[in-house]
Amino acid sequence: MDGVLGIEEYLVVASILFCIGLLGVILRRNVLLILMCLELMLNAVNLALVAFARYSGNMDGVILTFFAITVAAAEVAIGLAILVALYRRRKSIFLQDLNLLGR
Amino acid sequence: MNEEILFYLFSTLMLFGGSAVVLSRNPVNAALYMILALVSLAVLFLTLDAFFLAALQVLVYAGAVMVLFLFVIMMLDVDLRERSRPNIMAAALGLVTTGAVVAILLTWVGEGSTIRPSVGSVPTPGNPLAFVTGSKAFGYALLTKYMLPIQVAGFLLLVAMVGAILLGRRTKLKSSEGKDGS
Repeated sequence: MDGVLGIEEYLVVASILFCIGLLGVILRRNVLLILMCLELMLNAVNLALVAFARYSGNMDGVILTFFAITVAAAEVAIGLAILVALYRRRKSIFLQDLNLLGR
Repeated sequence: MNEEILFYLFSTLMLFGGSAVVLSRNPVNAALYMILALVSLAVLFLTLDAFFLAALQVLVYAGAVMVLFLFVIMMLDVDLRERSRPNIMAAALGLVTTGAVVAILLTWVGEGSTIRPSVGSVPTPGNPLAFVTGSKAFGYALLTKYMLPIQVAGFLLLVAMVGAILLGRRTKLKSSEGKDGS
């Protein structure tokens, strides 16, 4: 409102959140938690999009975020269904048990 | 001034929640910290005057998506804690990669504009796709410029629903159904 809060603050926070999610995707061994960290990365990008939309005075970024939320909901539903099917077949959701090469 | 307090408070909370998701051993704790991060992100949307999107974030993400996650965690009903620590080599590589990405992103973020364009609450006829706080702009944009994408999004949700039902049913059920039918 007083113009002190600039766009770069939002972009810094979005970048850090994105990298936290990336670190989670790389480090974790649980497929469920990897899906959660993917959602975290997606949310960081959403924040950057909304910040760009707000500071450029344009509605397109907000609409794109709207579609990103829709697609993310569909993606989570499918991803978790695949996860449950995988667990029924392999009895595990850890990446080291799902390794088909080099066993 | 108030916006700044809200921004710093909730961005700290959001980053704390995100780090806790990555670091916590129990998936249920991770899901609860994820809800904290998502609700804090909704507050950050509020400081950006995107009120409809903040409501949508709480409803869809913190509500539906995280409930789905918790439901699956409880349905699988196994010890989901990770048994082995991550490989030291992989952890070091991951930290280096992430640090490099942070450095690149932060050097990219230069001096941006600190002046926000003033916003109205309803779209004006002259520039109907300008940023406004009201949800009327969403309806206008979705039914004019984004007519095809919203149809595709609706179809995508239908496909996701059918796919989730197909993937989620037991394979034993199919064989017993075949016996009943024949």
